[in-house]
Amino acid sequence: MSLKLFLDMISQPCRSVFLFAKKNNLPVEVKLISLKNGEQHTEKFRKVNPLRKVPALKDGDFCMGESIPMMEYMAEKFNTPDHWFPKDLQKRARVNEYLSWQHLGIRMHGSKIFVMKPKAVLEVPEDKMARAMEDLNWSLDLIEKTFIKDGGFIGGEQISIADLVAIVEIMQPFASGVDVFQGRAKLSAWKERVVQAVGKELFDEAHKTILSAKDSVKQLDSSKVEYFRPRVLRLIS
Amino acid sequence: MELYLDLFSQPCRAVFLLAKVLEIPFEFKYVNLATGQHLGDEFGKISMMRKVPVMKDGEFVLTESTAILEYMVQKHRAPDHWFPSELLLRARINEYLSWQHTNLRAHGSKIFLLKMLFPLMMGCEVPKEKMDAAMEDLNMSLIQLENYFLQNKPFIIGDKISVADIVAMAEIMQPVGTGVDVFTGRPTLSAWRDRVTAQVGVELFKEANEVIMKAKDLSQNIDKTALEMMKPKFQKMFS
Repeated sequence: MSLKLFLDMISQPCRSVFLFAKKNNLPVEVKLISLKNGEQHTEKFRKVNPLRKVPALKDGDFCMGESIPMMEYMAEKFNTPDHWFPKDLQKRARVNEYLSWQHLGIRMHGSKIFVMKPKAVLEVPEDKMARAMEDLNWSLDLIEKTFIKDGGFIGGEQISIADLVAIVEIMQPFASGVDVFQGRAKLSAWKERVVQAVGKELFDEAHKTILSAKDSVKQLDSSKVEYFRPRVLRLIS
Repeated sequence: MELYLDLFSQPCRAVFLLAKVLEIPFEFKYVNLATGQHLGDEFGKISMMRKVPVMKDGEFVLTESTAILEYMVQKHRAPDHWFPSELLLRARINEYLSWQHTNLRAHGSKIFLLKMLFPLMMGCEVPKEKMDAAMEDLNMSLIQLENYFLQNKPFIIGDKISVADIVAMAEIMQPVGTGVDVFTGRPTLSAWRDRVTAQVGVELFKEANEVIMKAKDLSQNIDKTALEMMKPKFQKMFS
């Protein structure tokens, strides 16, 4: 298969790309990259993505990064059903609106909680943690109240890339032990609809790594802890 | 079409510029961020997100500049180079627009906030390490813009200007407005800036950037009540 996807399933954007490709049975080859082991810094990977991030896509000589453009590329190339990335002007605008907002919304706040929670890497001051939780809750409230359409999905009545991108980000703090769904009936109901639309088996497969992350962090050796500590500090400063 | 804008804001400048370049008729609805107008009830009726820009096209209300820019190009059937439909070019423009949120946009904004708002909100100058770290991040983004996104092309996606260049330029002008010279010692970036300015039109470029180039006056113009209202949020951000 000429189209290769380079993924580490611990990463939210990798999971949305994985879900999209597998749900649509796209002819792609998945190559797993270990961020924990620094594989994104190898010379080989740099040729695929000089920005050294995952997910990355290689289609013949064409290479790119950034999950949302990658999914749009695959949607266009393989002519996936319209609801994933609707062509209608206003429907497309709604999906784009969420996809743009989420970078500095749920993505930023969910990621922060995920890296701040494991005490193995860093003992984060309580007030900083409290503020990070406040930000996360603000994002979740907005998703519930403004973005998810009643009884439906973010873009409307059918699932789209916006829902995939949203769910993988929400699962990140969830995997670190924060019950993001408690007391949020609308969010929980939407999650069930997304899981059903994607297929429970595929959803679980995509989230297997992240849901066991809490345990694997406890097993991190000291060199890995030293590697992650400054990065976490930078993220939370 | 109504566009709710404050030209202090980078995404507002991008939307303003594109609408003008494409000659899309619109009503400019000024939202004065320095007086906290975006936090008021009136603006809340337009958008609960309490951010600018906002586009109101008939009954359809849209936030997020990249969504608004794509909408404008699609609706008004702008020349293809603004948001190319060809598979690989579309991928490249989307790649830039996605990357920039947490890179050039985030780092350029931080410089602006530290230089212009930190002293007002925290009552002291910005600690040197904080400013140095922020400048390092901005420099990294500019290096990536030059070496990965531009390379030796005239514009981000190739021979012609696109929405990506408009968005990039709007973000770069933010730290520039505070007095940070990002162009000296960067011939690739400077040459690109000149090309973008020429394409957009020197007068229009000047008009869009008039407000940000007077950023240093912000501390005198910021409303004291609005300042007090915004302090908790910024103090949280800065500490």
